[in-house]
Amino acid sequence: MTSAPPRRPKVGLFVTCLVDLMRPAVGFAAARLLSNNGCDLVVPPEQTCCGQPAFNSGDREDTRAIAEQVIATFEGFDYVVVPSGSCAAMMKVHYPELFAAGSNWRARAEAFSAKVFELVSFLTDVLKIEALDARFPASATYHDSCSGLRELGIHDQPRRLLAGIDGLSLTEMKDPDVCCGFGGTFCVKYSDISNAIVERKAANITASGADTVLAGDLGCLLNMAGKLKRDGSAIKARHVAEVLAGMADTPAIGEG
Amino acid sequence: MQITAPKFKENATKALHDASLQKALGNVERGFVAKRAKAAAALPEFDALRDAARDIKNHTLENLDLYLEAYEEKVTAAGGHVHWASTAKDARDAILDICKTANARTVTKGKSMITEEIGLNDHLEKNGIHPIETDLGEYIIQLRGETPSHIIAPAVHVNKEEIEADFRRVHTHLPKDRQITEPTALLSEARVVLRQEYFNADVGITGANFLIAETGSSIIVTNEGNGDLTQTLPRVHIVVASIEKVVPTLEDVSTILRVLARSATGQDMSVYTTLSTGPKRPEDPDGPDEYHVILLDNGRSSMLGTEFQDMLRCIRCGACMNHCPVYHAVGGHAYGSVYPGPMGAVLTPKLWGIDQSGHLPNASTFCGRCESVCPMRIPLPKMMRHWRERAFEAHQEPAAQRYGLSLWAFLAKRPKLYHLATGIAARGMAMLGGSKRRLSSLPLAGGWTKHRDLPAPEPKTFLQQWAEGKR
Ligand code: SF4
Repeated sequence: MTSAPPRRPKVGLFVTCLVDLMRPAVGFAAARLLSNNGCDLVVPPEQTCCGQPAFNSGDREDTRAIAEQVIATFEGFDYVVVPSGSCAAMMKVHYPELFAAGSNWRARAEAFSAKVFELVSFLTDVLKIEALDARFPASATYHDSCSGLRELGIHDQPRRLLAGIDGLSLTEMKDPDVCCGFGGTFCVKYSDISNAIVERKAANITASGADTVLAGDLGCLLNMAGKLKRDGSAIKARHVAEVLAGMADTPAIGEG
Repeated sequence: MQITAPKFKENATKALHDASLQKALGNVERGFVAKRAKAAAALPEFDALRDAARDIKNHTLENLDLYLEAYEEKVTAAGGHVHWASTAKDARDAILDICKTANARTVTKGKSMITEEIGLNDHLEKNGIHPIETDLGEYIIQLRGETPSHIIAPAVHVNKEEIEADFRRVHTHLPKDRQITEPTALLSEARVVLRQEYFNADVGITGANFLIAETGSSIIVTNEGNGDLTQTLPRVHIVVASIEKVVPTLEDVSTILRVLARSATGQDMSVYTTLSTGPKRPEDPDGPDEYHVILLDNGRSSMLGTEFQDMLRCIRCGACMNHCPVYHAVGGHAYGSVYPGPMGAVLTPKLWGIDQSGHLPNASTFCGRCESVCPMRIPLPKMMRHWRERAFEAHQEPAAQRYGLSLWAFLAKRPKLYHLATGIAARGMAMLGGSKRRLSSLPLAGGWTKHRDLPAPEPKTFLQQWAEGKR
């Protein structure tokens, strides 16, 4: 009485430039989550960045060139999975807008867009995973990163999966859906304003009483972790993928 | 109006260190957000109404010339006059003319952002006419010699102790021992003073939230009733409105009104919604003898058919700034323009040039909260990005920034070189991070490390480790 094994979807992992450079652990966690849950995983070595810095700086031409390269590299997969809401939104929502309506590249970008998913929403919405077998003894609070939340509608998915993690208790902070002040180049160009925003975020995280802050976007995490550490806080920051993959026994972001 | 947008950074830093402003901004952050959320949740069809409102306005903008002509025809038929003004100066001149013809010395004003846009008060005063703001918030900032810091709550940056001090300074009739610390006491004090002005005024000037093509009416929505007194008591009523305020029918307005107050203050409706159609008719007990409408363009028509057309849907509810983390941090004055926050970041470059206001569309994290609450579904971040594109094309940003970015883009397009560079960077930063695994200063990243540590990477990038077979 065996049914045919479900086809293993061929998934291309786009690790994002920040994960590649700043936090490889997130890439390994994403890779494990995908391979352990029935995906045929490939990490194309020629990937670089999704083009967001150029896009948000008004440099359309470079953005388009980068987008073409990403599309060409990844369009052969069934799915393209990204452990970042903002990079996923860049590829899913904004790539098609870069090309003239009716053009060949527009058609390719649209077909590509349909295959792109943020990691956690891919697990829940595509692979239909309701619970993962992992342990993480901590009390955590979850920060909704802006692009994932507002451009991709990611809100319940990470909370649902986290709720099933053994040992983890989840507390909501005040205003979990308010920006942490990262904003890509914004945090460097307007660092005083960015600081005022992340100060409020850090205060809300602290007031939640949690010992760990989780998020799905490394940009926000570097920002929040950097602020908490500068203030001497003991609160740890981690990408949600590390927890879901059961790989949260390594040092947290910014810790030795 | 004096625009200080080029000094946005300095303005912002000052605002961040202004303790009483920071306290006042806390009220915006808490009050407005919660009220809007509650009002939206209480109305199941709220999102459907937003779609309908957007569609009405899109349709109007596609046929703007037709609706404006129809509107003018109806105003004229009702005995009013329409004056077309293509620039701020045209509008100021037209208003001054009407005031002079009416021999006006005192002019009462209802709250109007458009008259701020055209710098009307200064102009009237220079010509010997005394304008008096009758909206409580506007009255307060007029006493203080300031400009509005919010489009619906102009004095939101001022706290009540400051208002008390202002009243004591200007209202010299106030006995020292009279208590005016409570908001209601402040309100009634202003009311007494203003009441006399309504009767003194020869001309009343209001803005308009909407103009209705079907009937030739102008509509104002207020919570204080001051607008009604402004436009009914004096002999002459002047409405100042920009061209995109026109809406085809009464039915259309009723749809948009349902999202306006909910988005702005969380009310189902503002306390007063007042329609005016022409001057007083023979059978009317009150109303002005003359009714004028100044229809201002000031750059709006040049937005039609461009990537900025959607901005003309704006109904000035203020929800975008109420929900903006940057606005919460620095307040409205930092933007150095009549229109602050996200809507101002799109509108200001149109009114005063991107060379003057390049900071505004850049000073956003693109968190998207503004777009998510905008009742007219204006894609504000997308339009700010369009301004960034224009600024980029004009080579406006500092050279270092531009080179940094082009270097990044150059590498991103060349994977082999890119991986060489990131590999070196990872090793370098890991070394600098040491055993603490974080950096508290880093060359070229001063903007980051001034306020935050930078978590240090591992010595090898993910792609290097993956290629070496680590799993
Ligand atoms: S842009 Fe939208 S949210 Fe902002 S003031 Fe205009 S209508 Fe309101």
